[in-house]
Amino acid sequence: MSEQKPSVPSRWALWLPLVLFGAFVALVLYGLQRPAEREVRSAMIGKPLPQFVLRAAVDDRPGLSFADMADGKPKLLNIFASWCIPCAVEAPQLAQLRAQGIDVVGVAIRDKPDDLKAFLQRHGNPFSRIGADDVSAIQFAVGSSGVPESFVIDGKGTIRYQHIGEIRADQVEMIVQKVREAGQ
Amino acid sequence: MIATLGLAALWLAAALAMLQLVGGALALRANGNPLVAALRPVAMIQGMLASLAMLCLIVLFCQTDLSVALVATNSHSAKPLLYKFAGSWGNHEGSMLLWVAVMAAAGGVVAWVERRLPERTILATLGAQAFVSLGFYAFLLFASNPFTRLDPAAPEGQGLNPLLQDPGLAFHPPTLYIGYVGLSVAFSFAVGALLTREVSPTFARAMRPWVLGAWIFLTLGILFGSYWAYYELGWGGWWFWDPVENASLMPWLAATALLHSVSVLAARNALRAWTVMLGVVAFSMSMVGTFLVRSGILVSVHAFAVDPTRGQFILALLAINIGAALAVFGLRAASVTEGERFALTSREGALVFNNVMLTGALGIVLIGTLYPLIAETVGARVSVGPPYFNPATAIFVLPMLVVMAFGPLLRWRRDSMKRISPLLLVPATLALCGLAFGIWRGIGVLPLLGLALACGLVVASVMPLWGRKLRTVKLPLWGMVTAHLGVALALGGMASDSAFTKEKLVAARPGETIVVGPWSLQFAKVQPIAGPNWTAIEATLEAGYDGGKPITLKPQARAFWSPPQGTNESALATRWNGQLYAVLGEQAEDGRWQLRLWWKPFITLIWLGGMLVALGGLLALFGRVASDLRRLIAVDKIAYRRRRQGP
Repeated sequence: MSEQKPSVPSRWALWLPLVLFGAFVALVLYGLQRPAEREVRSAMIGKPLPQFVLRAAVDDRPGLSFADMADGKPKLLNIFASWCIPCAVEAPQLAQLRAQGIDVVGVAIRDKPDDLKAFLQRHGNPFSRIGADDVSAIQFAVGSSGVPESFVIDGKGTIRYQHIGEIRADQVEMIVQKVREAGQ
Repeated sequence: MIATLGLAALWLAAALAMLQLVGGALALRANGNPLVAALRPVAMIQGMLASLAMLCLIVLFCQTDLSVALVATNSHSAKPLLYKFAGSWGNHEGSMLLWVAVMAAAGGVVAWVERRLPERTILATLGAQAFVSLGFYAFLLFASNPFTRLDPAAPEGQGLNPLLQDPGLAFHPPTLYIGYVGLSVAFSFAVGALLTREVSPTFARAMRPWVLGAWIFLTLGILFGSYWAYYELGWGGWWFWDPVENASLMPWLAATALLHSVSVLAARNALRAWTVMLGVVAFSMSMVGTFLVRSGILVSVHAFAVDPTRGQFILALLAINIGAALAVFGLRAASVTEGERFALTSREGALVFNNVMLTGALGIVLIGTLYPLIAETVGARVSVGPPYFNPATAIFVLPMLVVMAFGPLLRWRRDSMKRISPLLLVPATLALCGLAFGIWRGIGVLPLLGLALACGLVVASVMPLWGRKLRTVKLPLWGMVTAHLGVALALGGMASDSAFTKEKLVAARPGETIVVGPWSLQFAKVQPIAGPNWTAIEATLEAGYDGGKPITLKPQARAFWSPPQGTNESALATRWNGQLYAVLGEQAEDGRWQLRLWWKPFITLIWLGGMLVALGGLLALFGRVASDLRRLIAVDKIAYRRRRQGP
């Protein structure tokens, strides 16, 4: 067997690690430069809601359509599901918003009436209307990627603000503010 | 008072680090400078002062001194003492201070004990160490001061994340940090040796204990982290290829490669430039990992606040430190003279293969971790998970493990496979048995290969002891055998977990019986209980294995009140042949409770094997340090005798 010389790198190869490292630094610098865009922003902000009609998801609340959203009053559109744990965590905050006079409407994603009824009994029902979105059609149409998500809609049915994830206790005031702004 | 003392100690230590850097630079030029002579004491005092600053922070946390902003935001007077203590490093500022303190203390120990290397190299090493730590001092003092005061003091603290209130996790970050920082010593040695062109077996022997020590801590840190994720997150998995996990895996892979190449350099004076390169890479990976975790650059889209300035500061440090080291490497590595030659079939050859494969796996993990960021530059949002990482790393790791089976049996310099092949008969037979068993049970390709390899490796890893008198076997060899055996066991555990796990998700009422694998569980009751700073719903399950005497399992759904947050406390029943894992979920409206149950045969081997790997490292470290100490004492004795006899 032949004797081998280990590692006989040419001169330029010795600079390769530095070059690779330079590329890494450039990459993460690029990533750090745009921290504001790290939140997924809905491309729908400032645009009207799509035309839609959703059947009522539970017996004691009417369903939801575009016409209900463009009735002149600002609303908070909450996309939720009974199978979603953060939605349960969010429930007290939605109740608070309701108590402060915010009109909260819901879209239940891929839900069963029985599950939904149980969820609302357990965690309270802050919604004035609940539409059932069985195929996530509306969810995709408004640029939402998961549950829960909330949208502030002005009186003309235009999306003013998108909130990804559950509304936490310290964010209630901010949401109230956003809805008030949408009403002006 | 204590906060002031801590801050003063930190400033003084920073000033000494500056002095140490200047002294180290002067040492490269001329001897006889008084500053150069004082370099070792300076490094030792710097280590003590930085440790004092960390001690002050710990005391502040234990006393819950709410006039300190960091304590007020991260602690709470009602928190158990253990978590007050651990809370001192469970936050950004504290963890950075811990980093600096360990790093300065390590530099102090190098200055104190290291006598083998040429003085110039040691002084350059201390200078490099000061260069790295100065950046961290600046970061602490100007951008994240842990001793900032609140006036007036806060009436009560804001608590600690309840997910972090866990004994395993309390000691997970410091363990990893000590590992990371230990690699900084290897880094400084590498830079020092490059600067003075003194890359030699002596250099390798001086660096080896630091690499070994750091590697042991990294191994333990990863084990703790994995076990914590396993029982705390309640998902039944033990490794998620999460960026934070990868950040700890990458330095470990680099350190494992370094550990093996440093042995080649120490024993055979080969792989010189490569070992130095790995020394730089290992610590670079620690810094890159810290950067990725601390800057939040890789977090998911639903993540919370990201602090870009903090990220930029660490990135600047990283660019300066690593960039400078790699530039020195580019300038000097060509002048590091060629090492000894060796044949392809030799111990060196096997170790080179190990190094190439480990580096390949490191590359795979690095690319997978950074890929979401790369994709983002072209506007795509992706996340990379097990479907990429598992097969891609296996391509490198499985061949490496095959070589691990026979590599340690090869002789240095040159050998032939014919000589060792009779020794491999038993392991090969066992591997075939494992393969046959796996095929019979119809398991997936990766678990199948893993199982077969694990069966063969269990015997192959102890083969180096074959034909030796066990009493004369040196500690480092015991260490290697133990560590390799640990790898075999861990691999077996991983393969068994992914091939044979039984899972069950049920909604059950108290009184019902649930069967999962060989277990039958009697769902006895659900009741509320209260802990020191939480309340919980606790289920009681009587679990019987194969009709045997039942064990009581009590999974909980906990709610913490400061800050308000819920966690799932899983319950585990451990047997010699695996673990039963139970998680309590939500209650449905009809009164039934969600229960998630897993039976995971031999999963404990993963951590048992991991502990053996760390133990192997510890044995090797003891062996090396003991012989180093003996030599040091002998040298001192000769010097003492010479002085007494006079000139």
